[in-house]
Amino acid sequence: MNSIAIIAGKEFRDDFRNRWTIAVAVLFAVLALSISYFGGAAAGKVGFTSFDATLASLTTLAAFVVPLIGLLIAYDMVVGEQDNGTLLLVLSYPISRVELVAGKFLGHCAALATATLVGFGAAVVIIQIMQPEARTSGAWFSIGNFVLSASMLGASFVALASVISVTTADKARAAGLALVTWLVTVIIFDLCLLAVLVFSGGNPWEQSLFPQLLYFNPIDVFRLINLTTLGSGSGNELFMGMTATHVYRPWVLYLAMLLWVVVPFALAQFLFRRKEV
Amino acid sequence: MIHAIDITALGKQYKGVAALAGVSATVPMGKVIGLLGHNGAGKSTLIKLILGLIEPTSGHVEVLGQSPWGSAAVALRRRIGYLPESVAFYGNLSGTEVINYLADLKRAPRAQAGKLLARVGLGHAKGRRVSTYSKGMRQRLGLAQALLASPELVVLDEPTGGLDPQATRELYEIVGELRTEGHSVLVSSHVLAELEPHIDSALILRQGELLAAGSVGELRRQSGLPDMVVVQLKDAADPAAFARELNGFALAQTLRHDGRFEIEIAEGGKLNVLQRLAADPAVEDIVVREASLARLYDYLGAGTKREVEPTA
Repeated sequence: MNSIAIIAGKEFRDDFRNRWTIAVAVLFAVLALSISYFGGAAAGKVGFTSFDATLASLTTLAAFVVPLIGLLIAYDMVVGEQDNGTLLLVLSYPISRVELVAGKFLGHCAALATATLVGFGAAVVIIQIMQPEARTSGAWFSIGNFVLSASMLGASFVALASVISVTTADKARAAGLALVTWLVTVIIFDLCLLAVLVFSGGNPWEQSLFPQLLYFNPIDVFRLINLTTLGSGSGNELFMGMTATHVYRPWVLYLAMLLWVVVPFALAQFLFRRKEV
Repeated sequence: MIHAIDITALGKQYKGVAALAGVSATVPMGKVIGLLGHNGAGKSTLIKLILGLIEPTSGHVEVLGQSPWGSAAVALRRRIGYLPESVAFYGNLSGTEVINYLADLKRAPRAQAGKLLARVGLGHAKGRRVSTYSKGMRQRLGLAQALLASPELVVLDEPTGGLDPQATRELYEIVGELRTEGHSVLVSSHVLAELEPHIDSALILRQGELLAAGSVGELRRQSGLPDMVVVQLKDAADPAAFARELNGFALAQTLRHDGRFEIEIAEGGKLNVLQRLAADPAVEDIVVREASLARLYDYLGAGTKREVEPTA
């Protein structure tokens, strides 16, 4: 077994010991089921409703929860070891710094992906059993799309957390910075975009720029990946309307998502190589 | 010939501040070497350089015949064991889980990991979470992991910090066993008295510079540190008269608050002085004290102040 696999294995097991990841899996399963069952309550009926609507609600939910959990499980991956004195110890072992960060990154990503797959998968299986009309290949495609993009979103925030973890001096600062990152990406970024929309009044120059701006936030990329697949009529009219003038190609969106994983990861590796211990 | 550690004009600067400057020293194979110095003297910096955790600003360091810095040193690290200062390990794992993880990382068989836990006396606690361990147990776990893969060089950074005397003695027993098995050991400490009986020689650092190096005997000769005799007078004796008498042959003398005389004797004059003291009717008891490392340390100026100020 190589060093990366050993380190990744430990982080993976630790994540499930901490129960953060189990909590996410359970949360996903429960929410997926309740959204799909009660989602139609406003329309006066209870029971399993449109699968696409469920997926759209889950996308909104995952856009909040997945980044938070990614940051929470990974923000202390290096600075935490520094705090309890094991960083020097592990670096004195026959492993390189690149392997250490790569192992930890992969372990956390795998844990988050497993939680998404298991939690969401359990809900989907139940929905499929209860609702025969949802058994379409399109539904399965949407599910695969969701799980894959949610896992990449998680990986992106694990990578951002690695950058935080290798640059901060102690755990408390890293936790604060992780929270700020979450606030900025989840709330403030979109608020700023909205402000731009409101004040510019939708002139042509801004209309062509706005869709590109969404690439600068991994959470918006994640939303686009899922909502453009579902199309309109799934309760996403507002979001879809804002971006109606631009056609997003799936592979471009996935490439953007991949860059949001690879670039912060490479940055973390670069910074950790230069770090004085 | 390959030495365990070979350091040449080694220097390390942090943001322009010299943590270590121009240190040259050699640690031969199979010896136990003490690394002494106050906090901030550069002990930890030197250890990090030896382990290849930081890059030297100037000079060279070779460990087991290789440079420890750089990617080529990864294989070398398997031959070095290291106990960092006050390491807390992973509190949520059990002793067995911690040592197994570290054994995997070091490519050491897990059977050896279990044996090492038993050897350091943690066999009974191996299933407990490390967060419930006492300081002494954590240090023992640290020692166990430092011995994984039977390293040729073992580096112990302040291994007895916070340990009670019993745990300290057990730790040095293991250090003694390591020497018997042929390992080279570098052990840092500022508790000099406890280190002295266990080391073959010492490196003494002060403010990033090597103040002295050698065996305790050599260091004593180098420094010309006088031996010390403590004399208890009989109740009936007159201290003033005795003090006048001492002026003839003692290098320096002090009357301690408990009524005993501390007498410093120049190198080579010890037997002569002892004979005269033994013949003196005023003397009740004589205690001869060899220069301990602690006194040596003070004498060399690494300490803040000399303990014994000459009065005569």
